[in-house]
Amino acid sequence: MRKPLRPLIVGAGPAGIRAAEALADAGIRPILVDEASLGGGQIYRQRLVPDERTPQDLYGSEARKATALHATLSRLADRIDYLPQALVWNIRRDVADVAVGGRTRPIRFSHLILATGATDRVLPLPGWTMPGVFTLGGAQISLKSQGCSIGERAVFLGSGPLLYLVAWQYMKAGARIAAVLDTAPLAAKFHLLRGLPLQPGIVLRGFRYAAELMARGVQVRFGVEPVRIEGGSRVTGLVWRERGRERHVACDAVGYGLALRSETQLADLAGCRFVFDERDRAWRPDHDKAGRSGTPGIYLAGDGARIAGADAAELAGERAALALLEDAGFPVDGAHVDRLERRLAAIHRFRTILERAFPFPRDWADRLADNVVLCRCEEVSVGQVRAAAQDLGVTELNRLKALTRVGMGRCQGRMCGSAAAEILASASGGSPEAVGRLRAQAPIKPLPLDIVSEGEAA
Amino acid sequence: MAILRRLARRDLPEIPFRLNGVACTGRSGDTVLTAILTQTDRLRLSDFSQTPRAGFCQMGACQDCWVLAADGRRLRACSTPLEPGMDLFTAMEPTS
Repeated sequence: MRKPLRPLIVGAGPAGIRAAEALADAGIRPILVDEASLGGGQIYRQRLVPDERTPQDLYGSEARKATALHATLSRLADRIDYLPQALVWNIRRDVADVAVGGRTRPIRFSHLILATGATDRVLPLPGWTMPGVFTLGGAQISLKSQGCSIGERAVFLGSGPLLYLVAWQYMKAGARIAAVLDTAPLAAKFHLLRGLPLQPGIVLRGFRYAAELMARGVQVRFGVEPVRIEGGSRVTGLVWRERGRERHVACDAVGYGLALRSETQLADLAGCRFVFDERDRAWRPDHDKAGRSGTPGIYLAGDGARIAGADAAELAGERAALALLEDAGFPVDGAHVDRLERRLAAIHRFRTILERAFPFPRDWADRLADNVVLCRCEEVSVGQVRAAAQDLGVTELNRLKALTRVGMGRCQGRMCGSAAAEILASASGGSPEAVGRLRAQAPIKPLPLDIVSEGEAA
Repeated sequence: MAILRRLARRDLPEIPFRLNGVACTGRSGDTVLTAILTQTDRLRLSDFSQTPRAGFCQMGACQDCWVLAADGRRLRACSTPLEPGMDLFTAMEPTS
């Protein structure tokens, strides 16, 4: 008799839920572990308790997808082992260490699907640690899940589709917006016209968000170079440069971000091979178009594998589960697999265009003064990183971490890693690829020291 | 002055808690972060420069929103649901 499969899926966002569904439909009982109290991931995050708002209020054009995904997870309840509020904090070969409440237990798995998602990619600027400054994703979660605006008059700054979406959602919810500041020049947006035939719905929605913001009198500026966030114990304004001139706007909160970065710590601990992705300007776990990592039995799906958004995550989650089934000798519908892969490929072609429309601001890091805090946790400055490169000859991120403590704090480089790579690359004459990537360390997030350990995996 | 402003969920049941020894109320469905930042403007002081912090990513990644409970536990405010009777401290150690 064949040993029963016991796949473990990490992350109950669009990728993880669709992976769980595909496995359950094949008669397999996966374990689905998620840090949040309720499924949906960050994009389709649910409220802790219902309130007066409709799914349309919360998820806008994506309401149908969000409610369908939540319904799928509910429907799966008795066919999967779902562990919410649970942190996978380590992977050692075929065992995952999972903390739930004050306890941690090892879970042995036959296969692993990592659907760990992404966080905002940020670069530092003067004042970014001040109360009132949040990531774009954080600003959106405040509104969506908590029904709160950041401040009473926020500035939204950065690059990427989320910039306009969050600003528009704030406007719709009745918040005042001081400004929308796009780091990309207006001319970059013409790339979206090439994306129009590929994803007309997304492109037209984006234009509509920008047009409605402007029609309501919100100032939307392009080609913005952020100079500083002003304030003392909290935000009072923001200064930027535009065509050589400094401009100022009064505000009491800032939401900013520069697209997304994949959460890759578990892929690293699982031994996955990493490649440098020019489009994401970051190292990420390597995988084939089905989501197979180079390591047998380990699969990657969604934004944690490569940034491509929620629609791609749903498709990739299902595709990875089907790859797992194929590899385990189950029959799989080849025509359906082809359809999934074709749709994924189309989204990736569109993402390449989106990156041109919302390019990463390559000169942001170079403009930073030496005294700007780079690492929020350990409070290491930009100048300390430059000095490590110039005076000590550091050319690699882990060496930089050992000497300066950049990336050694509680967030393990999630917030400073991109900036550290950019600044080290620039100061050492290398590239973000050449300076490498921060190695993951278990536990990947802080655990209490008095956590109770529940023995070894059965 | 509060950092967060409620635009919705204003009619949900009140949840009593204590913040730095003072009785406060949040709303059902609040995270600890929301409950505190709708009252005031900080969650903690940074470890080195002792400057105020009030969260950043709100999705459990940046680790910038840890607050202290009276029993000595540290809570990640953005991912901890508010519970009635919580006794929370920002930017200070509990006095014994």
